[in-house]
Amino acid sequence: MPQVKSLDELRKLREQVKEEISTRIETGTTIIVGMGTCGIAAGARDTMHAILQELDKRQISAHVRTVGCIGMCAREPLVDIEQAGKPRVTYGNVTPDMVPRLIEEHLKNGHVIEEWVVGRKTTDEIGL
Amino acid sequence: MTEPIYRADVLVCAGTSCESSGSRSVRAALDEELAKAGLTDEVRVVETGCRGFCSMGPVMIIYPEGVFYCQVKVSDVPEIVEETLLKGRVVQRLVFTETESQMAVPYYEDIPFYQKQLRVTLRNCGVIDPTNIDEYIARGGYEALGKALSEMTPEQVIEEVKASGLRGRGGAGFLVGLKWEFTAKAPGSPKYVVCNADEGDPGAFMDRSLIEGDPHTLLEGMAICGYAVGAHDGYVYCRAEYPLAIKHLKIAIEQAEAYGLLGDNIFGTDFSFHMHIKEGAGAFVCGEETALIASIEGRRGEPRPRPPFPAVSGLWAKPTNLNNVKSYANVPQIILRGAPWFASIGAQRSPGTAIFALTGKVRHTGLIEVPMGITLREIIYDIGGGVENGKKFKAVQTGGPLGGCLPEEQLDLRVDFDSLRQAGAVMGSGGMIVVDEDTCMVEFTKYFLTFATAESCGKCVPCRMGGRRMLELLTKITDGRGEMKDIDEIETIAAAMASGSLCSLGQLTPGPVLSTLRYFRDEFIAHVQEHRCPSKQCAALVQYYVDPVACKGCGICARNCPTDAIAGGRRMIHIIDQEKCVKCGTCLEVCPFDSILKVSGDTVAVPSELIPIGTFSQ
Repeated sequence: MPQVKSLDELRKLREQVKEEISTRIETGTTIIVGMGTCGIAAGARDTMHAILQELDKRQISAHVRTVGCIGMCAREPLVDIEQAGKPRVTYGNVTPDMVPRLIEEHLKNGHVIEEWVVGRKTTDEIGL
Repeated sequence: MTEPIYRADVLVCAGTSCESSGSRSVRAALDEELAKAGLTDEVRVVETGCRGFCSMGPVMIIYPEGVFYCQVKVSDVPEIVEETLLKGRVVQRLVFTETESQMAVPYYEDIPFYQKQLRVTLRNCGVIDPTNIDEYIARGGYEALGKALSEMTPEQVIEEVKASGLRGRGGAGFLVGLKWEFTAKAPGSPKYVVCNADEGDPGAFMDRSLIEGDPHTLLEGMAICGYAVGAHDGYVYCRAEYPLAIKHLKIAIEQAEAYGLLGDNIFGTDFSFHMHIKEGAGAFVCGEETALIASIEGRRGEPRPRPPFPAVSGLWAKPTNLNNVKSYANVPQIILRGAPWFASIGAQRSPGTAIFALTGKVRHTGLIEVPMGITLREIIYDIGGGVENGKKFKAVQTGGPLGGCLPEEQLDLRVDFDSLRQAGAVMGSGGMIVVDEDTCMVEFTKYFLTFATAESCGKCVPCRMGGRRMLELLTKITDGRGEMKDIDEIETIAAAMASGSLCSLGQLTPGPVLSTLRYFRDEFIAHVQEHRCPSKQCAALVQYYVDPVACKGCGICARNCPTDAIAGGRRMIHIIDQEKCVKCGTCLEVCPFDSILKVSGDTVAVPSELIPIGTFSQ
C-alpha cells in the first residue's frame, strides 16, 4: 500500500477511490435501461454493459439504473437519459454499437440525437 | 476476466442488531443469487454498519435508487435479485409501510423514521463498508487530520474545538475543547489520549454502532486530539462484549497504519500517533473515568477521588485526555467544516446532534441521531412512531440507569444537556426508554436501582449501602408493606448518596427514584396507602378473580392453573382460591371469554361456593 505523505497525496488517493462509493452519491446524470422481459429479450443487458464500459472508459460519473417494461416493447432496448434540469429523453432500439455515439453526443456534447429519440418528458410531466 | 464495473450497490446492514436478526445469511444468499444471475460484475454487495432502524432489521438499501427493504429474509433474496437488481422493479412487500396510512415508502429518504433525523456523527454509519479504509477516504476521511497536521498548530486545533461549543457526549456535557486545553497545558510527559467506549447502560448501543459502522472517524478524532494535546499514544477502552466493534477497530488501525495515517510520521510530519485497544471485562463502573484508567493500568476498576482530574494526572499518573466515542467522532468534521458550521446545528448552549438508542414501547426502536433542541414528542411520535399497540404513553426514561423519568407533561421539553438536567433527567450516554400505561413506575425504578446497586464497586459507603437500603425500601413498597415514612427515607438516602458518593455512579444512582418521585409520587402513595398498584403490575398488590357473570364454566383456566388454585366444574362458575394463587396471570391469558378480572385495590364479589353458571346474583 502506498504511504500517504501529504494532504495532497490524500486528496489524490480520494480521487482514485471515489468510484467505490459513486453509486451511493448523487450525480446529475442517470441512464435508465428498460429491463423488462421484453427488454432483456431484445438485448438490453448487452446494451447496458456497453453503457457501463463506455462510462468507465470516459470516466463519466453517471448512475445506471434498470426499470421494468413501460409498454413500448417493440422499441426495446429503451434507454432513457435523465440530466438535472433537462427533459428526460428516451431512445429506442439502442444496440451496443450505438452506445459510444450516444454517450459522446448526448452526455459529452449535450446534443440530443433526434433520429433515435422515441419520446421525451419534461421534469414536470414525470412528477419530479 | 475484466475489472467489474458496478452499477448498483447493495448495502446490507451487518451491525450487531441486524446480524442477530439474520443479515449474515441474507448476505450469503445474495452472493449466491447474484452469481446465479450473472450479476457479480455489476452489482456490489457491501456490509455496512448500523442504519439505526433496528426494529425493521435486517435492512438493505439498494443504490443508486435508494430502495430500502425491511426485515429481509433469505427466502426474499431471489426475488430481490430478479426483480430489483435485474429488472429494476421495487418488491413492494418488502418496503417500509407507514402504520397509519398503510402507505408504502420504498425510498430511504422518504421514511418518516429518518425525516427528522440529522446524521452528523453517524454520517458514514450504514453508508460505507467499515472494513474498507478507501470508502472512508472517498467520503473525505483523514482530510481533517491532514488539515490539522499541515495547516494548523495544536493551539489552533484546540481553539477550533472550543469555538464549536462541542460538549462531551459521555453524559456530563463538559466542553471538549476546554478539556483538551487542560491536558495540553498540564505539565508532564508523555501524555495520553483515551477513549471511553465502555458503554454499559442497558439498552444503549450508540457507541458500539458507531465503532462498528465507522471506526475510522473515531481513530481520526483521537489522532487530532493527540496532536492538539501533545500525545503520541491513544487507548480505546472497549468492553469485550463488543467483539464486532473491536474487530472493526483492529482492522481500521491496521489499514490506517498501512497508509501511514496512523503510526510514525503521519502525513510526512514529525507527529506520530499509535493506537491501542484495551478490552474491558464489562463492569459498569469502568465507564467512570478514574475507574477506567485504573482498569487500563491493570488495577481493579475502582474510581478514586478527584481532583486531580485525568487531565492533570490520568493514565500512569500522566496528563490524559479522556472523552467518549461520540465526542471524538464529531471532531474531524469540526476541523474540516469549521466551528461556525458545527455551532449552527442544534441548540445554542448544546450545539450539534444527540444520538439516542430509542427502545421500549415505541413502534420503531433503533438508533437515532437528532439535532439538539428537538422535543421529546418529536422523537417519540414522529421518529419512533408513537407508543405501540395503541397504549397510552406514560413516561420516557433518558440517560440510562442513572438518568431520570419524564412524564407526559414534559413531552414538549427540548432535548439538550441543560434542559434535561433541569427537568430531573440527564442526557447521559443517550439511552431512551419509553414506557406505556402498563408499566408500574415504582417497579420500573426498582429495575434501574437493582442494576446500579449490582454494579456498585463497593469502594465508598454511600453508594454501596445507600443503593441497597433504597432498594429494600422500594421492595417493601412494591410488596405492599410500605409506609409513608419510607418515601421520606428514600429521599434522605438519595440526598446523602448524591452528595457523599465518590463518583457519578453513586451520585446519580438515585436519579431514577428521585425523578419518579417528582413526577409520579401519587403512584408511590397509592402503593403505600391504598395497597394498590395503578398499573396492576406489582404481584403482591394484584388479585385475579373469575367474573361470576361472564364465566361460561369451560374449565380452561382451571386446567391451565399451575397451582390448582381454581375450583370449578362443567358449566359451574369457577372460583380462584386467593390463598393458593401465585398471580402468574395464566388464567387471564387462556380464558377464551375474557372472564378473568385483574384488579388492584378493588374486590370483586364472587360466589362463596360452586354454583351453576347464570345463577349468580350479588
